[in-house]
Amino acid sequence: MDFLHVLFVLLESTIRVSVPLVFAALAGLFTERAGVFDIGLEGKMLGAAFAAGAAAAVTQSVWVGLVAAVLVSVALSLVHGYASITQRGNQIVSGVAINFIVAGSTVILGEAWFRQGGRTPALAEGARFQTINFPGADAVREIPVLGPVYADLLSGHFLLTYLAFAMVPFSWWILYRTRFGLRLRAVGENPGAVDTAGISVIWLRYRAVICCGILCGFAGAYLSLAMTAGFVKGMTAGKGYIALAALIFAKWRPLNIMFACLLFGFLDALAIRLQGTPLPLIGQVPVQLMQALPYILTVVLLAGFIGKAIPPKAGGVPYVKER
Amino acid sequence: MDNIAIELRGIDKSFGLVHANRNINLKVGKGTIHGIIGENGAGKSTLMSILYGFYQADRGEILVDGKAVSIRDPNAAISVGIGMVHQHFMLVENFTVLENVMLGAEDSQILNKGIAKARQELKRLEKEYALEVNPDAVIEELPVGLQQRVEILKALYRRADILILDEPTGVLTPPEADHLFRILDQLKAQGKTIILITHKLREIMAVTDEVSVMRRGEMVATRTTRETSVEELAELMVGRRVLLRVEKGESKPGDVKLAVKGLTVRDSRGVTMVDDVSLEVRAGEIVGIAGVAGNGQSELLEAIAGIRKAAFGAVLLNGEPVDVRGHADPAELRERGLAHVPEDRHHVGLVLKFEECENAILGYHHDPRFAKGMFLDVDAIRKDAEEKIAKYDIRPPNARLRTANFSGGNQQKVVLAREMEQDPDVLIIGQPTRGVDVGAIEFIHKRIIEMRDQGKAVLLVSVELDEIRSLSDRILVMFSGRVVGERSPEATEGELGLLMAGVEGRKEAAE
Repeated sequence: MDFLHVLFVLLESTIRVSVPLVFAALAGLFTERAGVFDIGLEGKMLGAAFAAGAAAAVTQSVWVGLVAAVLVSVALSLVHGYASITQRGNQIVSGVAINFIVAGSTVILGEAWFRQGGRTPALAEGARFQTINFPGADAVREIPVLGPVYADLLSGHFLLTYLAFAMVPFSWWILYRTRFGLRLRAVGENPGAVDTAGISVIWLRYRAVICCGILCGFAGAYLSLAMTAGFVKGMTAGKGYIALAALIFAKWRPLNIMFACLLFGFLDALAIRLQGTPLPLIGQVPVQLMQALPYILTVVLLAGFIGKAIPPKAGGVPYVKER
Repeated sequence: MDNIAIELRGIDKSFGLVHANRNINLKVGKGTIHGIIGENGAGKSTLMSILYGFYQADRGEILVDGKAVSIRDPNAAISVGIGMVHQHFMLVENFTVLENVMLGAEDSQILNKGIAKARQELKRLEKEYALEVNPDAVIEELPVGLQQRVEILKALYRRADILILDEPTGVLTPPEADHLFRILDQLKAQGKTIILITHKLREIMAVTDEVSVMRRGEMVATRTTRETSVEELAELMVGRRVLLRVEKGESKPGDVKLAVKGLTVRDSRGVTMVDDVSLEVRAGEIVGIAGVAGNGQSELLEAIAGIRKAAFGAVLLNGEPVDVRGHADPAELRERGLAHVPEDRHHVGLVLKFEECENAILGYHHDPRFAKGMFLDVDAIRKDAEEKIAKYDIRPPNARLRTANFSGGNQQKVVLAREMEQDPDVLIIGQPTRGVDVGAIEFIHKRIIEMRDQGKAVLLVSVELDEIRSLSDRILVMFSGRVVGERSPEATEGELGLLMAGVEGRKEAAE
């Protein structure tokens, strides 16, 4: 029973830490499937988290915070879009630039506005997301196995958590069952085919980038309005990069993305759990090793040990008509 | 011609300083196949891109069915019934045939309804035009000929009445090309108008009704195909008389310079590409290897040139063994008298971003003529390049120009000049005239014959059967990695074609 208890605690925190990864990786899915590589997920998420924290602190409204997060993230996406789609700049450079600008400016603005060392003020209950408890969750908790599954794993999460996991099948549906999705996937493989079919490559890619901005906005808002009560500088702590790793690990497929994010989230939860506790036989595992595991797994994947990750063919290449 | 499908009036287009199209007038009759022929860079593709809405003409009018239309983008072209089959297919390789055909013409936001409709429509088109293809096949798993068929289906699906085909046979094997021509005839019979862009004279003669010739951005002539000849068209294209048939004397074979014995080459997946090939090339003879692209000729050349490892077998250069199974060093082979003109000049033969003079010595840069100790002798290099430019008539005559800015034919001359001027004993050449204009082809062929007459051993690989037949003293045919037969250059095209298709060869091998 003790083992089960530990497992449930681990799984619950796995879900909690996976949410921003799922949002951000799906965000990356939309742009990268459209042929725009986006290393700026981290920056967009951080900018959104700051905007959410600041707006919610000022207005005391969680919804204003959410909207602010999405707006800032979409604005940053459009910057990336302008640089890499319209101006045909290098997509990696543009993404890295966004990461740096956001990392610095959130601290500067936070200090200028709130004078709390780059934090935003702690949010009161009404200004952040509350967990949603399913009816009868407490009543069934004592039922072995199924009780905790319902009460702790299914019930008791934030609205954004449910949204994140709902976005997985929804993204799949958009990509594989709608006209927009068909064109989006096509433009990431061969923009020439899209252009000659009479569809604007540029507008299509901009729409993909906007989708990415919206999802990154959710990821950021989750960090500062749900997971914690307010913005802390650098609070994304590399989640954008882990999301990118998850995207590659999942071979750019929506359902795989969910599992990859849950796996990486589980490793994260496990790392926290194992901190300072020696394991039988192995002894104490350094936290750093656990934190590096997502990246190590991705490298192993890229080296071809667990299948092949083939990126969208036109990824990273700005579209120029012949000549 | 009272029924005109398309008329162009005074089309003019410049890209910066390049005047790509000058005052072009063209009439294409309804239900005909109209060829447009011209050398690379004559402006054919620009003209067709204007017709398809990729570029806007600076001046001029386009009339479709007698009505002036403005074609601002491909959408506008599609809506007036113009469809295009691009030289490099505009297909999404990991999509199915159905998805590719639908793309851009999906009907509704949700795909399901459209898919059912597209499937039905595709079936109808397949029946009507005899264009069978499995709608659920993934493009990258289809052979090139079928991929092209999907491109045609795409245009028909969009109800195109006028089909533009841009160099459609460049990627096809001879039987696939023949099949395409049958399809075009079929389409014509159904009332479609077809514009065929090519630089291959034979194709024009084989399928077109009318032919227009472009030269340096101008439309220089329009002829009825039945009333013209290959010679006349070649002259119109180049602007001077061209010898299409190479003149050469008897070969006087000497000692064996290059001997290949039981060479077997496998690719990275372990598939046997060259299977137990033996051949000899003597001084003063040209041995041609014919075959449909992808039957091991490329790998054979690469193995002999030392840029691909062989699994078994031996190669003797001037009677001395070459370590083809280990580290045959291309630089060492050069010193031992082997010159190599690779098939793929863009990836293997040249560094396109380098200046012409740098490419003209690439691989020979250690030669004391071009280097002083560890430094390059820039003056000597430029002087050498200028001599080669003069001798090979490389245009523009500018040794400092980036190689990427030369036309395909002139780039090929840069490679040929570099390799031929080293006075090698053995010259191996892959696709000497791929993407090269008629005028330059004549020159290159002459130079190859000259090399032979100087007593060099020449091994030639080409997918152009005409080229093999007119240059070679002996022809070897490769099929599926094996040499399936040897013929004299007098062998008929049909005889060689059967060998290339692997039909005759199997019988021969069995006997």
